[in-house]
Amino acid sequence: MVPITTFHYLVTAAALFVLGIIGVLTRRNVVIILMSIELILNAVNLNLVAFSRLYGLHGQVFAIFVITDAAAEAAVGLGILIAFFRNKETVNVDEVDLLKW
Amino acid sequence: MFFLEHIWVIPLLPAFGAAMMFFFGRKLQNRSVSAVCVGAVVIAFVFSCLTVIQYNHFADAHKHAPFEKVLYTWLGSGTGNLTYLTQNGTPAEFKAEAGFLLDPLNAIWLLFVTGVGMLIHIYSIGYMGHEGGYYRFFGYLNLFMFSMLTLILANNYAMLFVGWEGVGLCSYLLIGFYFHRQSASNAANKAFIVNRIGDAGFLLGLFTVAWYFGSIRFTTVTSLARSGHFSVGDPIITAATLLFFVGACGKSAQIPLYIWLPDAMEGPTPVSALIHAATMVTAGVYMVARSNALFVLAPTSMKTVAIIGALTAIFAASIGLVQNDIKRVLAYSTVSQLGYMFLALGVGAFAAGVFHVFTHAFFKALLFLGSGSVIHAMSGEQDMRNMGDLHRRIPITHWTMFFATLAIAGIPGFAGFVSKDAILWEAWSKDTSAYHVLWIIGWFTAFMTAFYMFRLMYLTFHGQPRMSHEVEHHIHESPKSMTMPLVILAFFSIFAGFLGWPHSLKGSDRFGEYLKPVFAPEAQVMSEEGKVGQVAAGLHEEEHTTPTEYVLMFLSIGVAVGGWALARRFYHRAGEGYKEPIAVASPSFYKVLYNKYFVDEGYDYLFTGRRKIDGVRLGVLGLGDASAAFDTKVIDGTVNAAGWMTRAIGTVSRWWDTVVIDGILVNGPAILARLVSYPVRLVQWGLVQWYAFVMVIGLLGFVVYYVAK
Repeated sequence: MVPITTFHYLVTAAALFVLGIIGVLTRRNVVIILMSIELILNAVNLNLVAFSRLYGLHGQVFAIFVITDAAAEAAVGLGILIAFFRNKETVNVDEVDLLKW
Repeated sequence: MFFLEHIWVIPLLPAFGAAMMFFFGRKLQNRSVSAVCVGAVVIAFVFSCLTVIQYNHFADAHKHAPFEKVLYTWLGSGTGNLTYLTQNGTPAEFKAEAGFLLDPLNAIWLLFVTGVGMLIHIYSIGYMGHEGGYYRFFGYLNLFMFSMLTLILANNYAMLFVGWEGVGLCSYLLIGFYFHRQSASNAANKAFIVNRIGDAGFLLGLFTVAWYFGSIRFTTVTSLARSGHFSVGDPIITAATLLFFVGACGKSAQIPLYIWLPDAMEGPTPVSALIHAATMVTAGVYMVARSNALFVLAPTSMKTVAIIGALTAIFAASIGLVQNDIKRVLAYSTVSQLGYMFLALGVGAFAAGVFHVFTHAFFKALLFLGSGSVIHAMSGEQDMRNMGDLHRRIPITHWTMFFATLAIAGIPGFAGFVSKDAILWEAWSKDTSAYHVLWIIGWFTAFMTAFYMFRLMYLTFHGQPRMSHEVEHHIHESPKSMTMPLVILAFFSIFAGFLGWPHSLKGSDRFGEYLKPVFAPEAQVMSEEGKVGQVAAGLHEEEHTTPTEYVLMFLSIGVAVGGWALARRFYHRAGEGYKEPIAVASPSFYKVLYNKYFVDEGYDYLFTGRRKIDGVRLGVLGLGDASAAFDTKVIDGTVNAAGWMTRAIGTVSRWWDTVVIDGILVNGPAILARLVSYPVRLVQWGLVQWYAFVMVIGLLGFVVYYVAK
């Protein structure tokens, strides 16, 4: 049984991060995109927590901040999404191009 | 003093008659019309006589002061609304009373206006008996009497102006009495319009006096003018008196405004007699005589009055020499005699002028009424060329007119001789020898007067009968109501002169003595100013009965008799196709005279705008047209050009603004920025995932860069 080292955490976090990136870049549904952003944030959180084994509790504190931030961001993002849906009757991100030019 | 206190009743009597005619005239019989209207004037005459008698008692008791009776304040109520500043800055109120004044001057007018007016009213009963509009005629005539009495009894210029306008209106109405005739209607318009020109002058004079003296009341103005505060030749007084004289020129038919009077003969003959010979046309003389205190302070105005008067006298008399219409001859004669009156006023002989007004009223009214009787007998014919040999058919008319002719011609012993000679003598004895020219003009006019009057007499009453048989058959003497006034007037034409019989002929000039209180103070003022006091009537005849006066008198008798003899020679046997001596001597001059010196035509060229060249009016109206054209073309053109220029500049400036400022300077940078920014815009897809993709690529780039380093 191989002990779980920092390296494992980092690999898991990197995998999660890449999954999040792919989700953000490929999915059209904004809800999915927001979920993918949560994945990215959690990948970062995993990294912070993993490094806190080596360098003290600062990473864990920072991870808690990030969770808080993610909650706020989800609330705001979903709020924008609902307002947008009421206007456009869609949640597809490729139809959100009003700011072009 | 009952009558004197109730002097205001005098004008109201004919006013009542006029009102009756206005409201009920249409329904009344001719008899009742005559009863009301003639009755009103007869009562007015009796009332006037009694008033004047009472005034004479009053004058004896009050040092010849004028009698003034103020009924109520007519203009100006003491509220201060009509207050203005006089020339020296003191406030005065424009105030006119319904007031009546009686002094010797208008006592004379009062007597002859009501007296002659009464006779003419009686005459009109016969003359107008067969005419339509009988009540209308008498209504107008009574209205005229009311206006005339208001004019002469007024105690201030504003009241006088009321009467002045009133007589003008009645003159208009009566000249246009036969309004269905175009010529009568035109003549009425002409009279009214020409009179308005004079009235404008009179009004301006009135306001000048109000401004300068702070009052328009005769007694106040006269006493102020005589107070010595105003110097002789005062320019304002000169202006005021000249303006008054403009008014007098209009009303009393002097050059250049005399043109309406001959045309006024379109009216019925009694009107010509009453209004256009005896009374209304002397209103100007009355007004000037009433303002004598002012005129004496203005030697320039006096000279103007004298010169205009003399010129009018000779001018009108010369036209009268050749006219063929019997009334027209008399009309020009009236103008000429009015000229005499103004000549007298102008040389300061106010009493002589007034005396001539007085005598003239009788003989000229008589001449007109006589001519009316002739026209009546001739079935409406007025042209003397178609008359002749009437003296046996209408003897009363002939004899009364003959006496009037003797009077106007200046045959000794008759009224006209005394008054005309008084005027001529005053003109001669006025200080400087330049006045002798005026005497010569007056003297020569006397010659022409005698000539044209006897020409009229001979053509009408003597020579061969030249009328058609039908007319000849109808010739008849006029009814008693017409001949009776003629006889009375003839009596006065003969004997009125004795009232003013001069001292030089062992008379006492009671007329001049009577008027002395009105005019005498002028003599004192003028003496104080170093002028020779040859002014007041009656004053100097005592001192100046020189041989010259007898010589002059002899000369004027000579021309009167000479004129008579000449007329007798040429016209005594006038038959069909008789020759006019002037036409024989100089046809062109005859033509000028016959056409009245072409004055009417000249006025057409100068003032009325009837003469046109290529549709362009000439004279003053042409000048007006030219000014209007100048205004529309040049002034308005300049204005329009300025406007056009502004618009042009505006257009250029707008072009500059839109093209250069907005186009190049404002929009230019914007376009530039847009062009420059175009490539940058291409990467602004607006798709969030693309942005995220770019971010990821960039992130990977950084990672690769740092890892590789």
